[in-house]
This record gives sequence, structure tokens and C-alpha cells, in this order.
Amino acid sequence: MRGHLILRVVSKILIPFLLLFALYVQFHGDFGPGGGFQAGVIVAAAFVLYALIFGLRATQKIISPALLEVAVPLGVLIYAGVGVYTWLMGGNFLDYNMIDSHDPSHGQHLGVLLVEAGVLLTVSSTMLLIFYTFAGRGR
Amino acid sequence: MEFLINLILLLFLAAVTIGIIGVRNLFAVVVLGGAYSFLMATLLIAMDAVDVGMTEAAVGAGVSTVLLLSALHLTNTEEAPAKHSNVLPIALSLLTGAVLVYGTWDLPRYGEADTAVNSYVGDEYLARSIPETTIPNVVTSVLATYRGYDTLGETAVIFTAGIGVLMLLKGRRRKEDEDEEEERS
Repeated sequence: MRGHLILRVVSKILIPFLLLFALYVQFHGDFGPGGGFQAGVIVAAAFVLYALIFGLRATQKIISPALLEVAVPLGVLIYAGVGVYTWLMGGNFLDYNMIDSHDPSHGQHLGVLLVEAGVLLTVSSTMLLIFYTFAGRGR
Repeated sequence: MEFLINLILLLFLAAVTIGIIGVRNLFAVVVLGGAYSFLMATLLIAMDAVDVGMTEAAVGAGVSTVLLLSALHLTNTEEAPAKHSNVLPIALSLLTGAVLVYGTWDLPRYGEADTAVNSYVGDEYLARSIPETTIPNVVTSVLATYRGYDTLGETAVIFTAGIGVLMLLKGRRRKEDEDEEEERS
């Protein structure tokens, strides 16, 4: 889509706000609607928009498929890692109270933050990877 | 007023569904599918399920529309005409629909206070969530803390889906590239 000046300008303006909104949804998930899953999809949507306007090759220069293939399992590992950590600290699996022995509510917030980060990583990279594989075929 | 909004949204939903069944152009079907998801998200927000509505808008209307469009890029945009008669499938879906409607007669009315959903577990979560976790959004605390195990499973499901797509499509592309290279040489 080289010739579409308006689309290019508008998407260039939109994409930073999309990513910012994704971060808001991610970190505000404790207080309002949203969380890692929704934020991950919004992040992926921002990059898909970039790929639709500026081409797949330009997008893959920013985030390579190899990087995504690492990020997909990494998110699950972060999530499960939090569970294993709370295990090692003497609690049940995913018992966030164990993360901070002095202030359980602080541990809860930190645990949810880490777990949501794992979800964000897996969801956004999976969505983008599926888009890459679909869009990369047929040409 | 809320009844009127729900009624209009549900009528739109039904119209879009009939459109999806009737239209033969797959591009139009994908776009109508996106419209369906947006209507569904609005309905969910009208039912105060903001978290679910947001997910529906982002996943259903956003990403899956794009993924379906990019899948469409690889195939024909016209649905092939049916080879067999439609009578049996229509009868089967009408029967299934009738059984489902019959099933809803036993469901409690929407929003009723003394149902199982609203009186045992839901009450317990609402009462205990904020003192125990200090997370104001109960949906998040249920999702990530009380039911953290389930969410780990969901994340693993997404991981598996990604790996599945990768194994199905990426391997084949490499083989095709090799074939092309062989043809060139």
C-alpha cells in the first residue's frame, strides 16, 4: 500500500496510541476492566495494522518471527515460574501471598502483575505469529 | 429502556446472522462476522460484563477478522455452491435450535438474586476478594488469583494454538521454497 498517503499518515498517528492504550489496559487491569489477554490482543492489533499498511517485511524487521517464537513459550514459562516460585517459598502453587512475606497484599499485586505480563507476552506474540504465518504464505 | 436496547441489539444480531447464512461472498461473510462480534460486545456491556465485552471486541471483531481475511487471501472469495440438498442440514439445525430453546425454559431468569450462581460462590468471591487480595476489580482477582490455575491453562491453550498453526503452515512453506529453488536450478 505504498500510494495510500492518508492511510499511512493516520496509522502512524494511531499506532502509538494503540500501544499506549494496550499498556493502560494491561496495568489498569487490577482496577478496571482489562488484563493481559485484552492488552495482548491490542498490542498484536497495532502491529497487524502496521503490517497491513507498511508491508509484512517492514514489520518483520521490527519484530522478527524468531523473536516471537521465543516470546510465545516465555510467557507461559513466566506464568508457571511464578507458581513454582511460590511453591519454593513454601506456599501452594500460584499462592501469591508467599511472594512478599511481610505484606501478603503486596505479594498479591506483584503476583497478578507478573502473571498478567506472562499472559500479555504469550497472547500478543501468538496472535502476531499466526498473522505472520498466514500473511507470509501465498506470495 | 434497557429492554428496548437489548431487543434492538438482538434483532440486529439475528439480521446479521441471517445475512451470514445468505451471502455467498466470503469477504462479506468475514465483515458481517466482525459486525456480529461488535454487536455481541455491545450486548455484553449492556449486561454489565465489561471485561468479557472488551475481550469480544478485541478478539472477535479485531484479530479474528484480520486472521480470517488473511486466510481468505489464500483461498477463493466465493463460497462453492452446495452439492447436496439442504433439507437435512436445515432440519437438523432447526431441531438443535428447538432443543436449546427448550433448555432455556429451565434456566433462571437473567439477574435473579436467588440463583445458584448469584448466591453461593459469587457472594463468597465478592465478600472475600477485597479483604484478601486488595485488588479492586473482582474479575481480575478471580481470574488471576482464585482461578489462577485455570488462567495458566488458558495461556497454555493459546500457546498450543500458536505452535499448532506454526507446525501446520510454516513447515509446508519451507518445503515449497525448496521446490521452487530446485525448479530454478
